[in-house]
Amino acid sequence: MNYTALAHFAQTWGLLYFVLIFAGVLVYALWPANRRRFEDAANIPLRED
Amino acid sequence: MATAIQRRPLSIGEGGLIAAMTVAALVCLIVVAKAEDQAMAFHAALATLASGAAAFLLIKRYTERGEAIPQEINGKPNYQLGPVKLATFFAVFWGLAGFLVGLVIALQLAFPVLNFDLPWTTFGRLRPLHTSAVIFAFGGNVLLATSFYVVQRTSRTRIAGELGSWFVVWGYNFFILIAGTGYLLGVTQSKEYAEPEWYADLWLTIVWVVYLLVFLATLWKRKEPHIYVANWFYLAFIVTIAMLHLVNNATIPVSVFGTKSYIVWSGMQDAMTQWWYGHNAVGFFLTAGFLAIMYYFVPKRADRPVYSYRLSIVHFWSLIFLYIWAGPHHLHYTATPQWAQTLGMTFSIMLWMPSWGGMINGLMTLSGAWDKLRTDPVLRMLVVSVAFYGMSTFEGPLMSIRAVNSLSHYTDWTIGHVHSGALGWVGFVSFGALYCLVPWLWNRKGLYSLKLVNWHFWTATIGIVLYISAMWVSGILQGLMWRSYTALGFLEYSFIETVEAMHPFYLIRALGGALFLIGAVIMAYNLWMTARHGEEAEAEPVGAGARLQPAE
Repeated sequence: MNYTALAHFAQTWGLLYFVLIFAGVLVYALWPANRRRFEDAANIPLRED
Repeated sequence: MATAIQRRPLSIGEGGLIAAMTVAALVCLIVVAKAEDQAMAFHAALATLASGAAAFLLIKRYTERGEAIPQEINGKPNYQLGPVKLATFFAVFWGLAGFLVGLVIALQLAFPVLNFDLPWTTFGRLRPLHTSAVIFAFGGNVLLATSFYVVQRTSRTRIAGELGSWFVVWGYNFFILIAGTGYLLGVTQSKEYAEPEWYADLWLTIVWVVYLLVFLATLWKRKEPHIYVANWFYLAFIVTIAMLHLVNNATIPVSVFGTKSYIVWSGMQDAMTQWWYGHNAVGFFLTAGFLAIMYYFVPKRADRPVYSYRLSIVHFWSLIFLYIWAGPHHLHYTATPQWAQTLGMTFSIMLWMPSWGGMINGLMTLSGAWDKLRTDPVLRMLVVSVAFYGMSTFEGPLMSIRAVNSLSHYTDWTIGHVHSGALGWVGFVSFGALYCLVPWLWNRKGLYSLKLVNWHFWTATIGIVLYISAMWVSGILQGLMWRSYTALGFLEYSFIETVEAMHPFYLIRALGGALFLIGAVIMAYNLWMTARHGEEAEAEPVGAGARLQPAE
């Protein structure tokens, strides 16, 4: 694989790959059903043991 | 005594480490004998002594100990606090040393006579000593201490392995010793923030892999189902630094008995690799690692959960996705391809979003508890650090814009920017974390004196303001003088005229640095008094079982 082919791959499929992962992160973070889990997780440092 | 207690058998890890340290001591001894330069002989001798001492202490530890260390005591996790205390001590020690050397080199710039005309004390050797001491020695030990503490507390489990974390703290500080003494002796591979030579790099690689394994194994045995966001940031810091370190230090030594090595990258590739490393050392060491501190210590001190946990997830991933591409902005107007410069600049500007998202998340954690800022100088320190984070991460992308960079690059503006991040953000968040940690670790009711924290806060804050404003003025002055032409098209100022013009600002900068150092001395005294003479807390110490451990 030469430089041009690698650069082409990175600029197309690589970009798509990253955008999709990041979209997945947003969906995971904002999904309504996860609200409770995250509220619980936010309290982890404050719970005494 | 030994007959009454059933001794734990020698574990594979212990035996292996004893054997490895013994072999290392012998190998280093051979290197001492065959060394081709004095620095190598000196460093190999240090390594022989250190590994010999480690093997001796490990055997001593084995012969003197009693029963197995319990994972839990009365249903509570038996946290391992020894390595955390050690790293805390080293952090304060190296912090004082690093700030002092910083003050010395600031004065050298104002008064060159302070170079003393000795090779060991010239600016060129002391400058990497300063940067490594504050970033890697002070900052690194703060990260080691807090990460080992936070991962245990938020996973509700004792750290994985008994020796791993000890090995990481001692091994890392041995690396610091080798790096620092190397600079003074003139050993350097001339890569900014990656100056240590090949043998120090190899040793750091071993230490770092163990760090990663200890951290991952502790997460693996966690009792808490969710991995708290601070641990994500710590993990990103550990993994990325490992990757950066390996790629940027791909060197081939001239001889295994000498200090000198050559990098496999050449020319532009080397420059790109260096600044990919350099900028991500800022991004993942000085940002991601210390954001982990923010996400644990700000909520803990304010006694409120983080403002938005969802925002913290988005903050984490956007920071990770964007930071890694920003490096080429260090190479504007060089042989770097134009598209790469533009890429670095664009990603730097996009970094405004995660940076400010993170800052808002940290600051808003105090909503409804702002009154605490009036009574708690530690919380004030943490909050001001987050404000400095916002400020310096606003300035950074601005400076990465090519047109702005044409004025700011190679001037003191860069130094001012770095220090608003380093003193304001990294320094203050570390001080805040240390003020929280020491009473927890030594089981004290509180700090020895909150009044002294207040004094530290104000001396350091005034110091930072003097420092960064002096550097802004000096940097912009310098940049404008460099680019001004006469009507005939000649440069208006000679280089030495710009140096003369900067002298007053160098004095103000040194004054700011001196105030920052005084603040740190006040902190060291306060922390020492807290650990030594503080009032014991009534509740059970978090690591009650720590007393059962043999001293190391």
